[in-house]
Amino acid sequence: MKGLLSNVDWFEIGLASWDTLVMVGMSLLFSVIIGLPVGVLLFLFGKRQLLEQPVAYAVLSFVVNVLRSVPFIILLIVMIPFTVMLIGTSLGVAGAIPPLVAGGAPFFARLVETSLREVDRGIIEATQAMGATVRQIVFGALLPEALPGIIAGITVTAITLVSYAAMSGVIGGGGLGDLAIRFGYQRFQTDVMVITVALLVIFVQVLQMIGDRLVLYFSRR
Amino acid sequence: MIVFDQVQKSYQVGGRAIPALHPTSMTIDTGEVFGIVGHSGAGKSTLVRLINMLEPTTDGRILIDNEDITRYNAAELRAFRRKVGMIFQHFNLLSSKTVADNIAFPMKLAGIYSKTEIRERVEELLARVSLSDHANKYPSQLSGGQKQRVGIARALACRPTILLCDEATSALDPQTTQSVLKLLADINKELGLTIVLITHEMDVVRRVCDRVAVMDAGEVVEMGPVSEVFLHPQHPTTRDFVFESESIDRDELQEDLQKAKGRILRLTFKGESTYKPLLGSVARESGVDFSILSGRIDHIKDTPYGQLTLSLVGGDLDVAMQALEAAEVHVEVLR
Repeated sequence: MKGLLSNVDWFEIGLASWDTLVMVGMSLLFSVIIGLPVGVLLFLFGKRQLLEQPVAYAVLSFVVNVLRSVPFIILLIVMIPFTVMLIGTSLGVAGAIPPLVAGGAPFFARLVETSLREVDRGIIEATQAMGATVRQIVFGALLPEALPGIIAGITVTAITLVSYAAMSGVIGGGGLGDLAIRFGYQRFQTDVMVITVALLVIFVQVLQMIGDRLVLYFSRR
Repeated sequence: MIVFDQVQKSYQVGGRAIPALHPTSMTIDTGEVFGIVGHSGAGKSTLVRLINMLEPTTDGRILIDNEDITRYNAAELRAFRRKVGMIFQHFNLLSSKTVADNIAFPMKLAGIYSKTEIRERVEELLARVSLSDHANKYPSQLSGGQKQRVGIARALACRPTILLCDEATSALDPQTTQSVLKLLADINKELGLTIVLITHEMDVVRRVCDRVAVMDAGEVVEMGPVSEVFLHPQHPTTRDFVFESESIDRDELQEDLQKAKGRILRLTFKGESTYKPLLGSVARESGVDFSILSGRIDHIKDTPYGQLTLSLVGGDLDVAMQALEAAEVHVEVLR
C-alpha cells in the first residue's frame, strides 16, 4: 500500500489552484464591470424610481432573468459557439471566462439593484432637493450609500463564481474542477478529490472573510 | 414671496385621480416663518414639496419672486432648488459621508464653488450650529438633535432664500425640539430667510411661526397670524389642535364648566396687558367675585399672552366687562 496521498501531484494542484484563481478573478472583474451599470439601470428604470421606464425595465429584467434561470451547466454548453467566436477557444482558463461572466454579471446586477433599493428614499429626495442631476444622485449619493451592500454582493458573486468555475471543468474549463473530474472522478483518485474540495472550501472561506471585513470597514451606519 | 394661485395636486391611483390638495391660493411673505399644521394625511407634506417641485403640481401656478416655478425646465428647476434649503423629519443625512462632507455636499453638487470657498463655508456653518468639534464624525455617531443641526447647516450651505422644514422636530425629544426651534428662529432673524414649516404639533407653531395655515383633508381650513388662530380658533380642526397642545380634555372641561356658578367668561390677554394687575382691581370696582376654572400664561413666539376661564358671581357684571375691555382684554362670554 502506498501513502495516503500517493496520487496527489502537488505541482498539478498548484497550477490548478492558480487557474481557478485567474478564472474567478477575471470573471469577477468582468461581472462587476457589466453587472454594476446594469444593476444601476435596473434600479433607475424601476417602478416609482428616478428614470421610471417600464418597457426598458421589462426588457432588461427579462434578459437578466433568462441568464439566471438557465442552470449554469447548461449555460456552459449553450455558450460554447459564442465563446469560440469571442476568444477562439472554449477550452482552458480563457474559454471558461465568457460563460462565467454570462452567469455572474446578471446575478451581480440583481444584487446591485437590491442594495440600491435598500438606500433610504429620503436620501434620494434630499439630494434631489439640493438640485442634483440623476448622474449626481447616482454617483454622489446612491452608490456611496449602497457601497457596503454592493461589496457584500461582490463577495457573494465571487463565491458563486468559485463553484461555477469548478463546474466548468466538465467541459474542459481548467482549474481545480477540471482536476477533480479528470483525476478524482474519472480515475477514482479519491485523495485528489478530497484535496481539491478542501482547497475550494478554503478559497471560499478566505473570500467570505475578506468580503466581511470590507463591508464592516465601509459601513458607517 | 411665495404665491400659490389655485394650486392643485392629485395622484393617479389605478386610473383615478385622488386629490391630495384641493385648489389652494395663499401668499407666504418674504422673511416670515409660516407654519402649516395638520394631521398626517392632511396634505401638508404634499404642499411643502410643491414649493421645491419635489412633487409636480397638477394645476395652478406657484410664483416665487414673481416667477412661475411650475414652468421651469429641468435645468432651471435644479438651479432654483439650490436656493431652497430643506430639512427632514429623519434628517436624511448621507451615512457614508462625514458631518463636514454632508454640509459640503450641496455646494459640491452646485459645481460653482472653489475648494477654499467650500471649506470656509463648512467651517462657518459648523460653528453656527455649534458642531465644530464633530466635523469628522459620521452621522451614526451623533444624537438626533445634532443630526438635525447638521441637516440645517447642510440646508443653508448654498445660502438659500427659502428654508422648508418637513416635520423637522417630530423625531426629537421635547428639549432637543426646543433647541432646534430656537436655532431656526435665530436663523430666520439673522438671515431674513423665509421659513415654511410643517408640523402636527401646534406647540411648534406657537413657538416660532408668524402665521399659520391649518390643513384638513387636502384643504386649508384656517389661516392667519398665529396669535389670532391660536387664541381664537374658528374651525373644529384648529380647535382640536389647540386643545391638544394645551392638553385640555374637552369632556373634563365641560364638566368643570357645568359645576361652576354664575357667568363664565374667557379672557384673553395679549402683549403688555398680560402683565397688568387687572383682575383684583376689576373685582374691587365691580364687586364681582371670581374663581379661575382654567388658564394658561405663555408666549406666542415673542409675545406673552394669557388666557383665563373665570366664573363670576355677584356684583355688577357690566361694569366688570367694560373695565376688562377698556384694558384691551378680549372677553368672550361662554355662559
